[in-house]
Amino acid sequence: MSSGGNASSLPLVGGLPEPTIKELSKPGRRSFNYPALDVPEENIEHEAIKTEKAPLPEVSEHDLVMHFSRLAHRNFAVDLGFYPLGSCTMKYNPRFADWVASLPGFSNTHPATPSKFSQGSLEILNVLEEYLIEITGMDFASFQPPAGASGELTGLLIIKRYLENNGFDEKTNIIVPDSAHGTNPASAKMAGFNVVEVATDINGLVDVNELKTLVNEKTAGLMLTNPNTGGLFEEDILEISSIIHDAGGLLYYDGANLNAIVGVSRPGDMGFDIVHSNLHKTFATPHGGGGPGSGPVAVKEYLKEYLPGPIVKKVNDTYEWYQPQFSIGRMHGYHGNFLVALRALAYMKLLGKEGLDNLGSYAVLNARYLASVLSKTLPLAYAKPCMHEFVATVKELKKSHKIKAYDVGKAMLDKGFHSPTIYFPLIIEEALMFEPTETQSVDTLDDLAHSISLIIEDLKDNNQNLSNYPKNLPVGRPNELIPAKHLTVNWGDFELLEITE
Amino acid sequence: MTEKKYLETHEWYSVNDNEITVGISDFAQSELGDIVFVTLPTVDESFSKGEGMVEIEATKTVAEVYAPMDITITEVNNKLDSEPELINGDPCGEGWIVKGSIKDLDDIGMSYQEYESFIS
Repeated sequence: MSSGGNASSLPLVGGLPEPTIKELSKPGRRSFNYPALDVPEENIEHEAIKTEKAPLPEVSEHDLVMHFSRLAHRNFAVDLGFYPLGSCTMKYNPRFADWVASLPGFSNTHPATPSKFSQGSLEILNVLEEYLIEITGMDFASFQPPAGASGELTGLLIIKRYLENNGFDEKTNIIVPDSAHGTNPASAKMAGFNVVEVATDINGLVDVNELKTLVNEKTAGLMLTNPNTGGLFEEDILEISSIIHDAGGLLYYDGANLNAIVGVSRPGDMGFDIVHSNLHKTFATPHGGGGPGSGPVAVKEYLKEYLPGPIVKKVNDTYEWYQPQFSIGRMHGYHGNFLVALRALAYMKLLGKEGLDNLGSYAVLNARYLASVLSKTLPLAYAKPCMHEFVATVKELKKSHKIKAYDVGKAMLDKGFHSPTIYFPLIIEEALMFEPTETQSVDTLDDLAHSISLIIEDLKDNNQNLSNYPKNLPVGRPNELIPAKHLTVNWGDFELLEITE
Repeated sequence: MTEKKYLETHEWYSVNDNEITVGISDFAQSELGDIVFVTLPTVDESFSKGEGMVEIEATKTVAEVYAPMDITITEVNNKLDSEPELINGDPCGEGWIVKGSIKDLDDIGMSYQEYESFIS
């Protein structure tokens, strides 16, 4: 089988590991020379001034470029193959958006430029804010948070400040489902709340009866992603919303799974008070590897004055920076990752209203198709039709053939596909969580399902050593134990590694 | 020393007079995989039944060990600080985790046979 998303043709020259840049270093080699000093030399005396040379690698520019290009070719990327990593929305990032972000008027503007000289950039943020609040059903947004978890912390700090300002000091509990992203309870804790866990029922949805018993005068709010991490739409959301609001709590929407509902339903209409969006997921900006993301936080009107500032305000025909009155403060320098926000706006413009209206529906269609084909090989965790992602399990295969989710993930890399998310959500044993996104073709989905059926047949073979996979990649299965126990972050500290081995 | 009893949360305990020893089951250690760190409580710390006493960090997850009954810690297995893998190697022997004194024996654990059918 061949398909656009199959990366198994990737060539690899030889089987040698790539040397570290320290090993390529030779004294005196340079990639860059400073021009001669053309200003008077100043002698600075300070205890922080170092006299010895920093032990940096010394390589020529060509060696440097070749080294990092080779490393890049050893990586798996959205641009090389299908990346069905659940909860991460690894969709295609259009080149057009990169071109827009590379325009010098945007890329060379310093964020400290006075607003009267950067009206275009302020307009970008204002228009994107308008689109985002339309899509999510909110009223105002701040672009400071640089990622989803930062958006969560922002939202929780807003809840905290709002409750304090209104004299609700007894409200100290945030309710979080047991299926939530791990960042939810972490953000609530960081913001100074207690975390109360609500269970998931056998259908994979929030147990509403248990929720009722957990809600009381201490309830500050609920964090929820809808659809949830099992890929199921929380059908009781309106009831959940009134249970929380009746107790004086606020609803926080974790926007990690927003891709499922764009153009179909809106968190604001479900009763959520605060929403973060992951522009690097839903709106196709580059994603992963710790690169800059963007997690803007949108709120209902009554929370506007709590947003991290400054935010953009339109006054007649000009744009100004506005500092909200009770702002929780800054979450990032200047205005967040502006060029990421710009790419998201370019993506929205590229799709237009018609494209955005269909976005969620196509994401769900692709996931349901893949779930239906794959369910012939791997049982699904829930019977209900999925939204944009679904969870399969190898629980039974583990009992019968000792096959773990980990083994299936590693074997998939050998077949030219990235692994799905494994062992998440935590409430499902031996979970494999697939999110195909709307940008993969039906051929790629069929190819993946077919490859997984071959993998399962192969792994079931009793003579097979499961830990052999992956066999065809530049790096085999890493030892996760030694680095977790004895972290070695500096080149040259290998002595310790040898001892522990 | 009484026979080991097991809980649905995969701890085992055995009782000798008023002293209880707690560890995790072989099934629990195999589910967790390689254990990297164990965060132990301090001696004299008290826990009520069902409260988390110990955090076990494996390469893929972090799990808690819950108090099988109301307990005051009298001894912890300090060897686990440097050799957490003892739990993987011998969960029911060398890999014991804490000892504690109990006022009332709340002996609700399952026998090994019952636990075996619970996990299968």
